[in-house]
Amino acid sequence: MKILVCITNVPDTTAKISFIENDTKFNKAGVQFIIGPYDDYALARAVELKEQTGGSITVLNVGEADSDPQIRKALAIGADSAVRVNCDPQDSYFTAAQIAAVAKEENFDLILMGRESIDFNSGVVHGLVGELLGIPSFSPVMKLDIEGNTAKFAREIEGGKEYLEAPLPLVLGCQEPIAEWKIPNMRGIMTARTKPLKVVEPVAVGDMATLDKYTLPAPKGACKMIPADQAETLISLLKTEAKVL
Amino acid sequence: MSVLIFVELDNGSIKKTSLEAVTYGAEVAKATGTTATALAIGTSDASELAKAGAYGAAKVLHANATELANENAMAYASVLAAAIQQENSEVVILPKSGLCDAMSARAAAKLGASVVSGVTDLPDLSNGFKVKRSIFTGKAFANVEVKGAVKILGIKKNAVEAVAGSGTAEVVVFSPSLVGGDFVAKVISQEKASGELSLTEADIIVSGGRGMKGPDNWQPLLDLAHALGAATGCSKPVSDLDWRPHHEHIGQTGIKVAPNLYIACGISGAIQHLAGVNSSKVIVAINKDPEAPFFKAADYGIVGDVFDILPRLTKAVLDTK
Ligand SMILES: Cc1cc2nc3c(=O)[nH]c(=O)nc-3n(C[C@H](O)[C@H](O)[C@H](O)COP(=O)(O)OP(=O)(O)OC[C@H]3O[C@@H](n4cnc5c(N)ncnc54)[C@H](O)[C@@H]3O)c2cc1C
Ligand SMILES: Nc1ncnc2c1ncn2[C@@H]1O[C@H](COP(=O)(O)O)[C@@H](O)[C@H]1O
Repeated sequence: MKILVCITNVPDTTAKISFIENDTKFNKAGVQFIIGPYDDYALARAVELKEQTGGSITVLNVGEADSDPQIRKALAIGADSAVRVNCDPQDSYFTAAQIAAVAKEENFDLILMGRESIDFNSGVVHGLVGELLGIPSFSPVMKLDIEGNTAKFAREIEGGKEYLEAPLPLVLGCQEPIAEWKIPNMRGIMTARTKPLKVVEPVAVGDMATLDKYTLPAPKGACKMIPADQAETLISLLKTEAKVL
Repeated sequence: MSVLIFVELDNGSIKKTSLEAVTYGAEVAKATGTTATALAIGTSDASELAKAGAYGAAKVLHANATELANENAMAYASVLAAAIQQENSEVVILPKSGLCDAMSARAAAKLGASVVSGVTDLPDLSNGFKVKRSIFTGKAFANVEVKGAVKILGIKKNAVEAVAGSGTAEVVVFSPSLVGGDFVAKVISQEKASGELSLTEADIIVSGGRGMKGPDNWQPLLDLAHALGAATGCSKPVSDLDWRPHHEHIGQTGIKVAPNLYIACGISGAIQHLAGVNSSKVIVAINKDPEAPFFKAADYGIVGDVFDILPRLTKAVLDTK
């Protein structure tokens, strides 16, 4: 089975967000980058599926050279090869078109992504790629097994779960508890250095949406502390002051 | 030319976030000199759907082929794309949800449309078509210019306030031809908690963390939620430990919520949890540790033991009813 895993290179979940160049660029200074947490789940399940059925895993990132450490980490966790589409994507359609262009070159049985990126938070790249390739897409997937040419999976729906079966190929957006995050071991780290990482240039896509500038939310006011022995007054404050009850 | 708005149904009724989407769409229609058309898919009554009129829709398209009874994002996307084409819509509005994200993505790829999700405000039409969207899981915003001939927007809860007026809408049956390929997946079964309030729709959420100490201690929290008519949520470790079901998990890797009131009980306030609640209007933190980071993100705080405070709050709510 040939699996493609699409990963994002994103600021660590605890990173402080700030901008430079007149609020048109994310300030990367001092920020630790990680593989997107949902993408990390997708990768972990891909590694488990490969252990069961054999085959290969390709990781794909649409990003600039500073993604390479995260791509190497994905190779250390168990991917066999990597492709990076060399650009700074600003729009989901653009990103999806790059992923679809790479996927068209090879016949992947399964394209795994995260349910959403934690920088763009769009939750749309899997649907876009599915439609651009003319294959089904589902998200968020929290359980996945492959039997022959059929995927058996569970999807989160509002207030519960839905169990589905569909023939491959598929695009799936993943979330926990599909697998446990994996940490690379020493051997993985050593072999990752020699695994192929191909850098390709982006295909042209018409302008769909472009960034004007970034802004930060207004700072939060101070927290009003209510003494524990007067806890009941909270309810009247929520009614009369905050007006939310 | 009309602005098209997709409305989500819950047991045949239009969801509250969808009424906000209709209001949003009607505002855009007014600003661009056109009308608003709503699209509903699935089983519902014409009288219920006509309610979209009160929020500004002139017309409601209703697609209710039996094949569409199950929420099937791919089939719904094909219906949405057909409606966009029939109405010749340049602006398409959906509330932000898992179903709507999937629909807007697939419809956008079918039509070569722009898709922008997580929009928090009405568009700025003074110079092009610009919207503000939430990024970095609520930690920042991006102002983007949407350039496609067709613009599909996913709007966040509270982007506008839904206010009912006196308008009415004409309900028209819409039956585009269905696409076989959209139905390749077989639904084997569904597990759905019934009668639960939806977290993404809820105006009030009471949420518990590891400070609740164990799955058997949830009753005081449930009692307060019940008294307030609130939905219940939890932190990640709580759902990882199976104290509460996975669909209650709120945060960076769980559900993102935007209630008017979020009450956090025994949750430390880790940044990954806060990322899922930072769109709430008012936040209350109850924690026995005065140094708990949640107090920095909260509007009201009580330093105390949840097992002492929760029953007293419940009583205070019931006493003032
Ligand atoms: C990549 C990543 C993604 C993550 N995503 C999420 C996410 O989506 N959602 C999420 O919640 N977490 C997430 N986490 C985990 C997060 O970092 C925290 O570990 C988690 O939120 C802590 O949960 P908690 O506050 O319930 O537990 P704890 O941190 O153990 O806090 C328990 C709190 O309860 C208080 N307490 C104890 N007893 C009482 C009592 N009797 N009365 C009152 N207060 C009491 C304590 O003072 C403490 O503050 C993520 C972590 C990572 C690395
Ligand atoms: N720049 C990118 N490179 C590779 N994969 C991406 C990129 N952006 C998004 N994806 C994939 O698409 C998923 C959904 O992203 P989004 O639609 O931005 O929320 C992510 O979890 C990734 O798996």
